[in-house]
Amino acid sequence: MQIIATIQRDYRDYLSETEIAEIEHEASCLETREAAGIDALKIVQAHRGWISDESLAAIAQLLGISTAQLEGVATFYNLIYRQPVGHYVIHICDSIGCHLSGYDEVLASIKNHLAIDYGQTTEDGMFTLLSNVCLGACDKAPVMKIGQQDYPHLTAENVVIILDELLNNALANTLADSLPDSLPRNSAEQELDHD
Amino acid sequence: MTEATLKPLTYLVNTAKPLAIDDYIHAGGYQGAAKALHQCTPAQVLDIVKDSSLKGRGGAGFPTGVKWSFVPMFAADDPKAPDNKYLVCNADEMEPGTFKDRLLLEGVPHQLIEAMIIAAYTIGANKAFIFLRGEYHLAAKRLQQAIDEAYQSNWLGSNIQSSNYQLDLHVHTSAGRYICGEETALINALEGKRANPRAKPPFPQVAGLFGKPTIVNNVETLSNLPHILKHGVDWFKQVAPESDAGTKIYGACGRVNTPGLWELPMGATIREVLYEHAGGMKDGLKLKGLLPGGASTDFLLPEHLDTPMDYDSIAKAGSRLGTGGLIVLDDHNCPVAMVLNLLKFFAQESCGWCTPCRDGTPWAVEILSRIEHGQGRLADLDSLAQLCDFMWIGKTHCALAPGAVEPLKSALKYFHDEFEQHIDNGCCPYKGSH
Repeated sequence: MQIIATIQRDYRDYLSETEIAEIEHEASCLETREAAGIDALKIVQAHRGWISDESLAAIAQLLGISTAQLEGVATFYNLIYRQPVGHYVIHICDSIGCHLSGYDEVLASIKNHLAIDYGQTTEDGMFTLLSNVCLGACDKAPVMKIGQQDYPHLTAENVVIILDELLNNALANTLADSLPDSLPRNSAEQELDHD
Repeated sequence: MTEATLKPLTYLVNTAKPLAIDDYIHAGGYQGAAKALHQCTPAQVLDIVKDSSLKGRGGAGFPTGVKWSFVPMFAADDPKAPDNKYLVCNADEMEPGTFKDRLLLEGVPHQLIEAMIIAAYTIGANKAFIFLRGEYHLAAKRLQQAIDEAYQSNWLGSNIQSSNYQLDLHVHTSAGRYICGEETALINALEGKRANPRAKPPFPQVAGLFGKPTIVNNVETLSNLPHILKHGVDWFKQVAPESDAGTKIYGACGRVNTPGLWELPMGATIREVLYEHAGGMKDGLKLKGLLPGGASTDFLLPEHLDTPMDYDSIAKAGSRLGTGGLIVLDDHNCPVAMVLNLLKFFAQESCGWCTPCRDGTPWAVEILSRIEHGQGRLADLDSLAQLCDFMWIGKTHCALAPGAVEPLKSALKYFHDEFEQHIDNGCCPYKGSH
């Protein structure tokens, strides 16, 4: 069992001004600071990719709640990552609509192509594979979500092409910026360009 | 009848680009809210909603007006009046096989805002939340844009349209977990807590969000309100004269020709939804069974095809209308594997609060998995039946485990031969039949 660091730094030394401002904005709309806990976790995760022990302790201090209480919240909700994740987090729907429409084959293809199982990240740090409950796109099953994008009508074949394209995009962006750490840690930050 | 009165919920849906507020108003939008604010007292709106016999579209089917009537009402100068009440829209659509609310959220966000003005005005709430599942990113963006427009046009904020009524509306994007759809779990999540359901009483109508009177309504339920206000109770009942009032957004998924969503008068038959709208089964496949309204409803069989999809008729057939989204099982998919998938879902999504659910759902998964993989024993079927009893209504903290029992118990009844075949043959007879 891991023990979360108890030596507490000042949260202002850890969280960025932007993060603090975003969290304070959410808290200002709510009746209690505790109520902003989930928003705060999501905000920090959007900036850093995941919620480390240090992030957890800093957010708890900022909101005036105990670290243990916030840990209880953070580990309850599956969209809060308490471990580092890859640049792309694949959320593949494993619920019934997809199960009836070819999920098994798509999942096998992803696992085979990326050589990872559920809960794992590829060695290059590009992809993490997670299951997700029904994504609400059963008319387009099987479906997965990466960042803010749904990928409908998956097959064992087209899912490989999609993953390869994403990989190439990420590599191209890295080269263009010629800075290895310039990528957002998590594609969830990328804006939708739907409309 | 026009599109506006035949398909009131969806006729303005545009999933590519939802109507901006001016266009929504030009198309007749905000007239229902205007009528409520300018021509009715809250008590009068409550009577209209009660008279309409609108029932909740989120799964439980409870009469909306009756639910609202439990909210304590106070005169403005009553010292006992709470400092706030809340309206919460349950947009945590996560019932497997259900994707109807997404259409309304992404396609016509102003309709929901208008509906929430009517509902909040009626119960005397000055603050409202939309509890949106975290995966619905596009809906979050479009809702926020619509809310911003509504503030600019004075359909939200203080003194709305000079009515002296104030409403603030916030979107809370959730961080996952099916149990958040249970209304008291949802309230805990909004308070920043783990989403364990609460013991009832007290009911949320009396002591809900932050301890204040709170109403939680589903997206589709709320979306009916502008049209009931605008066209009247008689119209609403007339839409489905032989059934419950109003329309319903039905859906179908599984291996049917054209899976999708259709707004139809309440009480359309399963046959009509499956064959006229979803295009029937894909080539070479036959209908084996279906869940009429999401994962937590009992299986029905081809013999039930002519059952009207309304609350009473589906209940008489032995299931529940639920969310109205058909999940269709074909004859090349294994019913045991389907039930295993469903129970895995419920086991994973159990909040862990009460023992029957926390331990019962994974136990069912273990047994079902054994049977599906050819390791089952006949005694396993008795164990499953016993688990259905252990997890039934009254023995659990909330409705999640009974929801898991519904497909399991009905599958044991209708697909008994298939279960025995798995056990007798020592393998799944459907393997390789996709």
